[in-house]
Formats: sequence, C-alpha cells, structure tokens
Amino acid sequence: MSGSAAAPLGKDLLGLEPLTAEQITLILDTAEPFKEISERVIKKVPTLRGATIVNLFFEASTRTRVSFEFAEKRLSADTVNVTSSGSSVQKGETLVDTARNLEAMRIDMVVIRHGASGAAQFLADRIESNVINAGDGTHEHPTQALLDLLTLRDHFKRLDGLKVCIVGDVLHSRVARSNIWGLKKVGAEVAVCGPRSLLPNAIDEFEVEVFDRIDDAIAWADALNILRLQLERMQGGYIPSLREYNRVFGVSSERLERAPRDLLILHPGPMNRGVEIDSDVADGPFSVILDQVTNGVAIRMAVLYLLSGGKPELAEVAKGGGSR
Amino acid sequence: MKSGMLLQGGRILDPSQKLDEAGDVLLLGGKVESLGGRIDVGARDDVEIVDCAGLVVAPGFIDVHCHLREPGREDVETIVTGACAAAAGGFTAVCAMPNTDPVTDNQAAVGFIIRQAARAQAARVYPIGAISLGQRGEALAEFGEMVGAGAVAVSDDGKPVASAHLMRTALEYARTFGIPVADHCEEPTLANGGAMNEGIVSARLGLKGVPSEAEEIMAIRDILLARRTGGHIHLCHMSTRGSVELIQWGKERGISVTAEVCPHHLSLTEDAVEGYNTNAKMNPPLRTAADVEALQKAVRDGTIDVIATDHAPHHYDEKEREFADAPNGIVGLETALAVNITWLVARDIIDVATLVDKMSCAPARIFHLPGGNLRRGSVADVTIFDPDAEWTVDPARFRSKGRNTPYAGQRLRGRVHRTIVDGRAIYSTNG
Repeated sequence: MSGSAAAPLGKDLLGLEPLTAEQITLILDTAEPFKEISERVIKKVPTLRGATIVNLFFEASTRTRVSFEFAEKRLSADTVNVTSSGSSVQKGETLVDTARNLEAMRIDMVVIRHGASGAAQFLADRIESNVINAGDGTHEHPTQALLDLLTLRDHFKRLDGLKVCIVGDVLHSRVARSNIWGLKKVGAEVAVCGPRSLLPNAIDEFEVEVFDRIDDAIAWADALNILRLQLERMQGGYIPSLREYNRVFGVSSERLERAPRDLLILHPGPMNRGVEIDSDVADGPFSVILDQVTNGVAIRMAVLYLLSGGKPELAEVAKGGGSR
Repeated sequence: MKSGMLLQGGRILDPSQKLDEAGDVLLLGGKVESLGGRIDVGARDDVEIVDCAGLVVAPGFIDVHCHLREPGREDVETIVTGACAAAAGGFTAVCAMPNTDPVTDNQAAVGFIIRQAARAQAARVYPIGAISLGQRGEALAEFGEMVGAGAVAVSDDGKPVASAHLMRTALEYARTFGIPVADHCEEPTLANGGAMNEGIVSARLGLKGVPSEAEEIMAIRDILLARRTGGHIHLCHMSTRGSVELIQWGKERGISVTAEVCPHHLSLTEDAVEGYNTNAKMNPPLRTAADVEALQKAVRDGTIDVIATDHAPHHYDEKEREFADAPNGIVGLETALAVNITWLVARDIIDVATLVDKMSCAPARIFHLPGGNLRRGSVADVTIFDPDAEWTVDPARFRSKGRNTPYAGQRLRGRVHRTIVDGRAIYSTNG
C-alpha cells in the first residue's frame, strides 16, 4: 500500500509521527501557493477536477469538516459528506463494511474523522483510496498540526529552534500528539504544561520539556498552543473543577504580561473562553487563532494535491491562471 | 481397537519423578503399565507399537485456563472443538473458565460441561465454577455442589473480584473443598476501559492504557487474603515484573499462592500492538521487554508454577474492527507448546524438563487433577512431541473455531506428535 515515487507522501496521511522532516516541510511549502486561491474573487482552480472525495465524519466537527470541504471544492473535486447520524453507521454497520462500500463506489480519497484511535489506519489498510486522517480518537490530527506549523512559520519565519509549549489536556489530545511529532521533526523545541493527571504517564519518553506551572511555561516559550479542555474531563475525575483549572492553568493577559517576551498564542478551537484561555488573550494582539483557520484550508489543499499525485514543484502552476 | 500402546524408544521425561531417560513406555487398560528400558510385549497383537525415536514422551499437558465458550457462544468455540484443539496442542486435559452464557455458577451448568466433554472424545475438560453468582461479584456461588458435579476450582475470570470481602470469603469457603480460588487480578477503577499496557506505546497510539499496578494491587491483595485465610489463591495470567516480585514475597512467607503465566506474555511485548493489531489485544495486556524477561526468569526459578494458555477464541469479524472496541484474547491451545519451545527452550531460558513440569506436572499438582506423571498405575495421559520440528502457524488449519492469533505466519519450533488420553490416541500427526 506504500506510495510510489510519484507520491511524495505515500498513499495516506495518517499522522505526523511516520513522516520525515522533509515531507512535513514539503507540505508546508506546497501550501504557500495555495493560500492565494482563497484570496481570489473566484476561489476555484481545476486541479482535482473529476476526483471524488468522501468526507467521512463519525464525530461531530464543524471547523475541520468545513475546512476540508472548502479545500476540496476550491480544487474542484466532487465531494460527499457522510456523518454518523443519518448513515448506515447509525444502523450498526461496521467500519470495515463502510470501507468496503466506499471502495465499491470507486472513490479517490477519504477524509475520516473517528472517535477511535487507529480508525484512519484501519481504513487505509483496507482500501486502495487515499486516506486522510482528520482526527482519530486520541491518536493524531495531522492536518491540524500542519496548519499550526504553517502559522508559526508565517509569524517567526522559521521553525528550527522555536520554543513551543502545548498547554492543557495532552493525555486526550490528538492535536498535542501531532504537534509534538511535527514540531520535533522540524527542529523546534517542544514543551507541555498541564496538570499531571492530564499528561500521559510516559510523557518523559516523548522527550519534551514538562512544566508543572503555567508561569514557568510562559517564561520559557516563544509560542503557546493552548488545547481545548474537554468539559467531560471534569466529570471523568481528572480535574476538580473548570474554575480551578482556569486559576491554575488558564492563560490570562496578566500572566502573559509577566513574560520576558511577547508570546504567540495558538488554539485549535473550539475555545472555552474563561477556562483554558481568557477572552482578552484570545482576542488580543498576539493571537493567531483565526490565521490558523485560514491556513487550515491551504494546508488541506496541499495535502489533497500531494496525495493525489500532484508534483510539489508544479503547485504554483497547478493552481491555474493568475489571480483576478 | 488395540487395548494397549507401546511407546518405543523415546526420551521419557517425567519431572515429577525426576525421570529423563531413553526407553519404552507401555500403556495398558488406560493406565501406565510399565516404563523404562526396553519393554518386550512379545507377540501381543492388541498392543500398538509407536516409534518414538527422536521424540519426547511426557505426561499429558494440562491447561488450567481456557475459554471454551459453550454454552453461549457456540459460534466461536464449543466444548467439542475446544477439546479437539486442546488435543492437537498436546493437551490431555483443560480447565474451562466459567464466563459462559449463562455463567457456569451452579451444579447443573457444571454437569452440562462434563457431559459435552464426554461426547468430544478428545481432551478431558474440567469445569471451573464461578466464585460469585452470575460473576456479578456479589453473592458466593455454591462451591460444594459445583465440586460435587465435577468442578475443580472456582474463578470469576474475565471479571475481577472487586470486593476484597468476597475474595476473602471465597478463600475461606473453598478450604472445605480443597480447591484453589483462581483470580483474574485487575483493579477495575485503574484498568477502567484500558485497551493495552500503559506506557509510551499506548501514549503514542492514543490508546487508553492499563498500568501494571492494576494487576499488582490485586495480586498483593489476594496474597494477603490467602495469608489471612489459609486458602489457596491461584493467580491467573501474571503479566508484570512487579507481580513476580509479589509472588516471590508471598512464597517466601509460606503463603499458599500459586501463579500462572501465558505463552504470549513470555514471548511478546506491547510493541506487537503497533499498527493497532487487534490480535495483540488481550487482558492482561502485553507488557514491556523488562516484564517479559522477569516472567521468563520466574518460570525458570519456580516463582511461577504453571504455563496456561488463556485460550480465548473470538469470531474473526469481532477482531476486525477499531482497536478499542475489539474483544480481548487470543487462541492459544494449538500454539502453546511451540511458542514455549521457541521462546524459552530454544533460547536456553528453561530446559525441556522444566517446560513439561510447567505444562503438566505442576498443573496436575496444583489443581489436584489426575495425570501429570507417568508413574506405574497412573492414568495413561501422555503427550509425545518433537522438540525440534519446525512448522509455520496457519490459523486456517486450527481445530479451534478461533483464528485470532498473533503468531500467524510465524515459523515455530516444537510440534505435537501424538496426544493420548486413557491410553487412546486423541490426536496424531499421522491421522
């Protein structure tokens, strides 16, 4: 199932852990020319005309699903959205049967979001189509991390040596895992900060810095990537209350003002304002949260383009005529 | 049918009497008639001559831990197919865990298993009764009546006994009947939905982990309760280095604790889960290389008494799914001997005699079962195997209905040549 030489990423994008630094940089570089398409009046190029893509979302998602759909449509692919409600999945169909049925319809690509870790690989191992992981359980969410990297690179003009701290529920976060792999591979320094009950017990084996106190993380970092605190973690007994979480780990402008330098603020969304991030930080001058969203479309266009066999060096040409 | 069998020229290996010599074994009337040296049966034509040159002749293997799924899941295994799979794996007897549907928690259910096993005409099947009614962890099942019907031990295997009080009572009550209480050690609030060992692999794969302490906390609880009550605790499928240390601690103090380990925990690590391989999903989970090494050493030094399979057949499509949702367990009856020889004997961790002790003598001794030795007059349950023959695991050829094995396609060493129960061949490589 491995990709040919013509496919620089292989058949699928399942995570950043298996990728090389060169592959990650290639995706980021390929995204650059695609950024411009979204700025046009007519936001459409014929690059993927005739390609059929299924967006298979077994978990609720607005941002990621819409971002993928725009990326696909702006590349002129034919897309179908399948969500768990109203599909055969609700009738108890197994993932393997869903996969076989999709395959039988001769589709070209599947974008899958699923609550079970490994679901994207499960699908990729069983169908010929390209599979893009749009988030599998608590495993990986590679396109999110790629858009985070692109946003960091846009701002700092480099990733090598950059100090990025991921704050919050690393234990249950696929965004955190993909960011850790991606950042480390391109030479950034990575730290995590959060209550130990929300960090993997084996966090040291990831070879990242660990900060128990948010103030220490802020003093160290160039950028913070603040994870959403899933409200069910409180019911799960991992933390006593959202209120205390905010007091101990919440990123506030007061805390940021004590930092030796201005910190770039990222958040994969959706935000719990007043829990992991205060509104004045989210809406403040160093927040690039909406830039992340904009970059998300370009990153996904780049991934779709590269997986479909597009030549990286032709991305500029592939996007078609000049801007209007 | 011939009434006897002369096992000629094999390596007779019976650790229970420290016997390891070349010679013949004569089985007559379902008993071991004589053994050692050259045995001449003259012109008797009712005695089958079995050439055992190059083969080991050992007391029949006994698996104290398997799941035969009947009643309830006859689609994945029956007592007949399970007993035949056991025979093919060299087992002359197996103990069937009570997590059937309905649960084997009363004398009628025990009797049903005994009757089905008699029909199988394969390996002997000894039922293990439930500790608690419905394995619900509340009220004690009727140990006395179950033992009367043929149960040889009690266990709530598959469900941990969460209540320390219930475990204490079970250990006390079991003393009347002289049976072991076998426990699946798992602290349920720590294990809580975990799908594999907790560590770097689970953290990377984004799978909920089960820490070693979930097992170890219950292992030491059970050992302490055995000390308090004088009951016999048998710790099922030990998987961690810490558990080995705790068992050692208990044994040094003369506490009545015995322990088993499974071939997969002696051969595989959590790395086998990579790629979300559901055939590497079991409970307790595969652990780390340090755990495997400690378990191997514990088999060698006697801290662990028994190697048992935890044979757990599942339908193939139950395993063909998302890792977290796939059921725990693998089939083990038909690969146990070869896995043990390949990973333990061929690598000089234990010798063949120790292996026979762990797979035959010790299980018989601990669960008070017939067999486990080749003494004159003993039951003629014998396993003949070739410790050097290599073969490739092909699940499609299993007698078990289960195909769920992490060893598929692997080349293993050690092959069963013939399995004999009551002096009668129940499995033979040549038909």
